[in-house]
Amino acid sequence: MSLLEVNGLDVHYGDFQAIYGLDLRVDEGETLAVIGANGAGKSTLLKTIAGLMRPTAGDILYEGASLTPVPSYQRVPKGISLTPEGRKIFRSLTVEENLKVGAHIKRPGPWNLQSVYEAFPLVADRRDRLGVNLSGGEQQAAAIGRALMSNPRLLLLDEVSLGLAPVVVEQIYDAIPTITGNGTTVLVVEQDVNQALKVADRVQCLLEGRTVLEGPPSSLTRDEIAAAYFGI
Amino acid sequence: MQWLNAIIQGILLGGLYALLAAGLSLMFGVMRIVNLAHGVLAMLAAYLGVVFVNNLGLPWFLALVIVVPIMAAVGYVLQWGLFNRAISKGGLAPLLVAFGLAVVLTQLLQQIFSADSRSIQIGALGTSSIQVSDTIYIGWFPLMTFVVGVLVIAGVQVFLNRAPLGRAMRATSDDPETVNLMGINNRQVYALATALAMATVGLAGMFIGTKTQFIPTYGDLVLIFAFEAVIIGGLGSLWGTLVGGIILGVAQTVGSQINPSYGLLVGNLVFLAILAFRPQGLLPKAVTT
Repeated sequence: MSLLEVNGLDVHYGDFQAIYGLDLRVDEGETLAVIGANGAGKSTLLKTIAGLMRPTAGDILYEGASLTPVPSYQRVPKGISLTPEGRKIFRSLTVEENLKVGAHIKRPGPWNLQSVYEAFPLVADRRDRLGVNLSGGEQQAAAIGRALMSNPRLLLLDEVSLGLAPVVVEQIYDAIPTITGNGTTVLVVEQDVNQALKVADRVQCLLEGRTVLEGPPSSLTRDEIAAAYFGI
Repeated sequence: MQWLNAIIQGILLGGLYALLAAGLSLMFGVMRIVNLAHGVLAMLAAYLGVVFVNNLGLPWFLALVIVVPIMAAVGYVLQWGLFNRAISKGGLAPLLVAFGLAVVLTQLLQQIFSADSRSIQIGALGTSSIQVSDTIYIGWFPLMTFVVGVLVIAGVQVFLNRAPLGRAMRATSDDPETVNLMGINNRQVYALATALAMATVGLAGMFIGTKTQFIPTYGDLVLIFAFEAVIIGGLGSLWGTLVGGIILGVAQTVGSQINPSYGLLVGNLVFLAILAFRPQGLLPKAVTT
């Protein structure tokens, strides 16, 4: 049994369909990267898994049970945690307060203020700063730290690299092995294919809401990925 | 000396206004709801005080201890039953719902308690005072009101700053969707925030209902005082609300000192002046989203 199983998922924004009959599975302990261009439906997929959006058809199974009737705030105690697109750091709270809000439900596990600070020195340095005063990279690192504070079994990372300097992206991705080393399963959504290939055990490429390529990074050639990514 | 007395009495009155305004400020701060039913809810608390103290003969302080949790429960139910539904409709809906609630509740109070003016009896404590100098007396009850007002403002502020639930309220105020990703139900946070706000309204209603004669429509005036205190102090800042309440109180008593009929007028003029020259208030919230 996979930890997460997405079966025949359709998601709409009003009349616009973002995802078409998508199938996807993530096994416990693996890191899956979902890649694709803008508008491929990657962020929509994560929002639907986290419960911020409702599917119009299909189902999502987590630990074998359907998530459809579960509101988003009840998915966190089950171990699903999303670092949302745009980071969504609480602007009027300090970095440390942001992390504490992340730990609000007190799910037990290896992650706490201290271990997050160790994994993200960038966050530790800014712990007393207000969210509104953080740079993009600091926000991203704090947002991942905040998501970890709930000690997720499945961590969903949305567009970690978006709008960040390569050196900062590097720093943040350096923490991924620590996260997976603690037993957390990671589903990462990326436009930056190189970063995704580096951390992922398996890659799934979306194009306009459908899967066009899937496999471990070692089995895929650069040309195959480029063709799938751009739909050529 | 009489001017000094006016200022002292004004500061004490300001404590009452701050107490009145704390709940309004809190609900706006957490949910961006302008609760137009705030004043009449304070009247509801005052009438509960009349029932428990005047009719049932309970001691004043015991009535206070009963009214506050009743009002908190009223707030919790109101939020789940009315405001949460209105918020999901967005825009002006919560404002209109609050307005409708104010109208209905005022009529209901008039139906039950009539339009005769009432006041909660407190006995000797209501009139006893400390003599500070030949001409200055400080009443025990106004002093107690002031102290409670300051303690409530400070208590709510410390709660918001330090308590996990207070932190969750601030986070929810920043971004009500994202808190759900932390396992926090924003609607439940709203309900608890309104319960807390209504607990302070319970206190305020007991104090104002003891201080003055009131009728159901007196809630309109209460709403205006609370609103003025919040605006003068700066939206979303509780310490600002305390400062705003004190400024409003002093303006009213000094105005009354000039001419007994000028009290409300001067208070409103000071409010207008602040609105014209410093519309963000004296101590606005540092971060606005």
